[in-house]
Amino acid sequence: MSQIFHRSTNIISKVSIFGAVFFIALVLWLMAEYQRSSYNTLAFVPREQPVQFSHKHHAGDDGIDCRYCHTTVETSAFAGIPPTKTCMNCHSQIFADSPYLEPVRESWRTGKPIKWTRVHDLPDFVYFNHSIHVNKGVGCSTCHGRVDLMPLTWQVASLQMEWCLECHREPERFLRPKDQIFNMEWQPPTNQIEMGRELKKQFNTPSTAVLTSCSTCHR
Amino acid sequence: MSEIVQLKSPKKNQATIKHDTQATQPSPQNLQSYAARLDSIRKQLAAKKGRDYWRSLEELADTKEFQELMHREFPDNASEWNDPTGRRKFLKLMGASLALAGFTACTKQPTEYIAPYVQQPEAVVLGKALYFATATTLNGYAMGVLAESHEGRPTKIEGNPDHPASLGATDIFSQASILGLYDPDRSQTLTHLGDVATWPDFVAAARASLKAPASQAAPGGQPQSTAGGLRILTENITSPTLAYQIQLLINSVPNSKWHRYEPAGSDNAIEGARLAFGRAANAIYDFSKADVVVSLDADFLSCGPASVAYARQFADRRRLEEGKTTMSRLYVIESTVTSTGAVADNRLPVKPSEVESFARALAANFGVGVQPSPINDAHRRWVDAIAKDLKAHGGASIVIAGDAQPPIVHAIAHAINEKLGNVGKTVRFTNPIEAGFGGEAGVSSQLQAHTIQELVNDINAGLVDTLVILGGNPVYNAPADLNFIEALKKVRLRVHLSHYQDETSELCHWHIPEAHYLESWSDARAYDGTISIIQPLIAPIYSGKTAHEVLAAFTDQPSQTSYQIVQGYWRKYFDGGFKEPAPPSTAQSSSQAATGQSPASASQTSGAAPASQTNTSRTSTASQSGSAPTTSPPQQKAPVDTTAKGYEGDFNKFWRKALHDGFITKPSDNSRAGTEQSSASFAVGQGLASVASAQASEGLEIVFRPDPTIHDGRFANNGWLQEAPKPITTLVWDNAAIMSPATAARLGLGTTSNGIATNKLGYIGGEFVVDQVDLTLDGRTVRAPVWIQPGHPDDTVTVYLGHGRTRAGRVGTGQGFNAYAIRPSTAQWFAGGLQIAKAPGSYSIVATQLHHLINAEEVGVRDIIRSSTFEEYLRNPGGEETNAGAAHEAEAKPTGKTKALVSEQHPSLYPEDDYSQGYRWGMTIDLNACIGCHACIVACQSENNIPVIGKEQMARRRGMHWLRVDAYFKGNPTNPETYFQPVPCQQCEKAPCEVVCPVAATVHSAEGLNDMVYNRCVGTRYCSNNCPYKVRRFNFLLYQDFYTASLKMLRNPEVSVRSRGVMEKCTYCVQRIQEAKIEAEKQNRPVQDGEIVTACAAVCPTKAVVFGNINDPNSEVARLKQQPRNYSLLDLLNTQPRTTYLAAVRNPNPELQE
Repeated sequence: MSQIFHRSTNIISKVSIFGAVFFIALVLWLMAEYQRSSYNTLAFVPREQPVQFSHKHHAGDDGIDCRYCHTTVETSAFAGIPPTKTCMNCHSQIFADSPYLEPVRESWRTGKPIKWTRVHDLPDFVYFNHSIHVNKGVGCSTCHGRVDLMPLTWQVASLQMEWCLECHREPERFLRPKDQIFNMEWQPPTNQIEMGRELKKQFNTPSTAVLTSCSTCHR
Repeated sequence: MSEIVQLKSPKKNQATIKHDTQATQPSPQNLQSYAARLDSIRKQLAAKKGRDYWRSLEELADTKEFQELMHREFPDNASEWNDPTGRRKFLKLMGASLALAGFTACTKQPTEYIAPYVQQPEAVVLGKALYFATATTLNGYAMGVLAESHEGRPTKIEGNPDHPASLGATDIFSQASILGLYDPDRSQTLTHLGDVATWPDFVAAARASLKAPASQAAPGGQPQSTAGGLRILTENITSPTLAYQIQLLINSVPNSKWHRYEPAGSDNAIEGARLAFGRAANAIYDFSKADVVVSLDADFLSCGPASVAYARQFADRRRLEEGKTTMSRLYVIESTVTSTGAVADNRLPVKPSEVESFARALAANFGVGVQPSPINDAHRRWVDAIAKDLKAHGGASIVIAGDAQPPIVHAIAHAINEKLGNVGKTVRFTNPIEAGFGGEAGVSSQLQAHTIQELVNDINAGLVDTLVILGGNPVYNAPADLNFIEALKKVRLRVHLSHYQDETSELCHWHIPEAHYLESWSDARAYDGTISIIQPLIAPIYSGKTAHEVLAAFTDQPSQTSYQIVQGYWRKYFDGGFKEPAPPSTAQSSSQAATGQSPASASQTSGAAPASQTNTSRTSTASQSGSAPTTSPPQQKAPVDTTAKGYEGDFNKFWRKALHDGFITKPSDNSRAGTEQSSASFAVGQGLASVASAQASEGLEIVFRPDPTIHDGRFANNGWLQEAPKPITTLVWDNAAIMSPATAARLGLGTTSNGIATNKLGYIGGEFVVDQVDLTLDGRTVRAPVWIQPGHPDDTVTVYLGHGRTRAGRVGTGQGFNAYAIRPSTAQWFAGGLQIAKAPGSYSIVATQLHHLINAEEVGVRDIIRSSTFEEYLRNPGGEETNAGAAHEAEAKPTGKTKALVSEQHPSLYPEDDYSQGYRWGMTIDLNACIGCHACIVACQSENNIPVIGKEQMARRRGMHWLRVDAYFKGNPTNPETYFQPVPCQQCEKAPCEVVCPVAATVHSAEGLNDMVYNRCVGTRYCSNNCPYKVRRFNFLLYQDFYTASLKMLRNPEVSVRSRGVMEKCTYCVQRIQEAKIEAEKQNRPVQDGEIVTACAAVCPTKAVVFGNINDPNSEVARLKQQPRNYSLLDLLNTQPRTTYLAAVRNPNPELQE
């Protein structure tokens, strides 16, 4: 009985066995890349909003403090999305006729809320608390980036757990003095690590073991 | 061990047999066989070295089925595919699932939206809960609560620490009331003859009914009625405003009358007071001052409007601190098994009719003039011992009679209390707090059983044109002999206000959806008369109406909202110098016709805000000053302002304070109880002597009791309550004919293994296959499954009311049997002459008692429960020397200092962690305080988003409750000692569950919590296999309802909602820990003791559960763990649990030791 496969096919089988390792590695690498890609995490993707609200204009050009709108950032888990009333505080006077602001005026007239698209959306099993971060030396821009330069807002971080853990494992790399929390232009100084260690003591930051315990964020 | 043998002296044996034979007149052969059986039981008990405590008769009998059950982690076929889908489909699905398993992580998150307020209410901090003081009612009596509100949606009920009926705790009904609010089966629309109608339609009809009475009536040849003919049928009412409204209406409409019917009411107590004092009265007890308590069939710890407060007082008196040398003693003479009987120091099960003769014999010892009644020798011994004990504690004792006992027993209890000098010390009296006892006009007979009888008579006599039923479900629960349904059908206009389209709604022309108490303005009194304003937390979700608004529809001002009505009443009260206003008594029957107001147009404005705006539409926000944006309900009592200048004549100040505090404070009132009378005005008269003693009944007796979890049936559609195990019997989703092993054996029911009559275990692990019987009373028959319960009195059958609903909703319809069907109006609570016939077939019934068994013997641990008598405790507070005793001594103090010692003594292969720094969360559960009320289970369910799984799944032992309350029995099954043991996750420091998890889904936190990470869990169930305490719960199926809109509003936003295939377990309420820690860290301080209260600890009426930081030597929990009573469960396993138990101590009367 003659051979079904020609001798040359041996090389093919060898290459494929050898290549399978690389192929599997490639697939795993692709999956990992996909997981971390902006396509999946939506990092750096500006999100459309019902109103063309510009943080660049309000926070950057006008210099309005973050807390004018995000009122509960220091007290609650949720930083707070301003009610329509907050918009109307100013816009009943300025740009009162602007067509861009029609959705805001409509909301004010009808009593129906403006439906904003959520930009920073953590999975539902994560319980992030703004107030404790802001009170313990994590500045707005550490996570949210230069919001004051964003016309439409986007994420600057993947919001994946490995990103959270960067800081929860070594808070000293990111902590800043309490008076700089809302400073968008703050840059880490050259002695950040030493200063961070000092701030950790000052803030009574829990140990890394506590910060990386599952129930710190997951309940 | 010898103890148990001693328990049954030969003399007692004969007495029991004799007693039994008297009742049954069996053949000598029968007698012989029963004696042999008893012998066999004795041998069994003697042979059982090391198992003093047993959880069920099956365990005691050690049946083969039981052994098999014990040795299986999951029952046979636990993970079998029982869905209708076939095997091939399953394989196909699984193949696809396997192939695609890796891709489940690749889903992108869906886009989420944020809808902020348009105008944010003042007190709301997004992401933080607010707490509002309001009150929930059961049988009309108020319990002050703090309702937790997340952005306008109530999610959890906590007790109001300042309210006398709550004292910071609550009962299972209040906890589950939040599910009642969001129940998707609630009636959602007003209907007329089954069709959707509007509120103005109803108002028009209501007013027309008053204007056009007899002339239009009687198309079917019915007797002509007199003009008016308005009847109002309510449940028991304590609301001053509603009573006032009813009086106004009765006064203004001729021939109108008010009837009250409460199926599980306290008629007997009121009538008993009338017998004793010549007038109705309300007795208030203070168990914190009582050294000897005698309960005559009173389940005061778990039943009734004051049970939570009484349980706290009772437990406080018995709390064992170091150096305490006295302890109160509780005698319970009872006709069924109750929580109160279970924690009694001396418990005597008797037939219900024997309680009266017992009371009479007891009274004779104190010179109370009553006719004597013969009692047997065994009871005589008890009477003598109790009388002696009572006499030694005059002024510091209580004799209390149960609602089920006839008035004479209550009167005797009052008389004995008076003779003992208890009145004014441990007992005080007020005027009745129920409306309708103050000589109001138009009140039909004051006894509720009579009042519904009167209503039926009047209907049959053609005197009733219009019947307005405000709440209640009389078609379902009226006494069986009244033929209420036939009578009801004769009424020309029938209006029913209720939460559900229930059995009564079906037979009424108009059905009006009732607003839940969290949607209503109203008021109510607590057991001691304290008045609470009930304020809403949310606008009516389904445009429900309150009783106030329905009554207003019959008056000149049909558009009045309940807010206006309630506030208007209290304004009158305030303006009148804190005196409750009396309604004008002159009839104004014709005035409403003259106003000319169009009811239809006016009432349109009274329609409630649309349900969709639940976030913003807080009713009358201006008046809701009750916000207290604290992270947890306040635990410390705020001083109550009782100064006369408190309000400065400003009603708004008074109103705001009442809403904020949760109850009304009069400036000059120290007691808060509005109707308090001096004890001198309640003197026991001579009326008692004339009451002849009841005939002792022969044969079987039946006891009717409201169901411990679904009460009189009103909570039948509440899944949390249906699935909460009933205390002691641990039945879920069913009621049964509960009887003692001896009675069952005599009747040939159940199965007999090793000489003990037991329930027969089923095949799927968690159910029992029990016999069915036909219970016949007065010619009416109902078919019931049989449940054999150790400790139940012989020749007595207990049935729980409230089951067998036909129109309860998707949860409650068809569960159990309807015991009302045989409940006569003449004997509402117990009756003799019960006939039992075994019915064909069997019934599958689920009791959780055999779920999650711990095989202590296998572990080598003898004592899952530790208990001792008070004498033993005084001699040796550490308890008896056990085989684990020496090790236990060291482990009892697992503080930082002794840490080294512990690890030396307990070498472990598990990683060694150091928890001596920072927080070290721990819990103690005081078995001495636990009364087995199961409130912790429902509170946990509410706090932690735990699903309801249904009877079929419960039968497979798949119950999801994060903690269970095991009942352990000790001694003779005819009257065993009972101990309750709540078992949540023990939070082991060396947790066996963690090492077996292949995906690290359960790991330790740095503070020693045994964390469960749902999103990592792949559902191998290894952890559950390896858990020696059996506290892990697995989502075998998709138990959570992710789709019903109203149930989404129910969930606690701080806790993940778990899906199918995920393991879960008690987390020590980690969300509350984190919240408190964050608040403390923001203020740069450590968490203080008492700041974190777990849901189970918060709800516990007896404060049996204490949670805190063990590393803080001054914390309550650390202090308790130093007590010699402290022990950990299965300590030989060296899991080093953070949850430890404090041994139970009972104080039985040595004279009654057998």
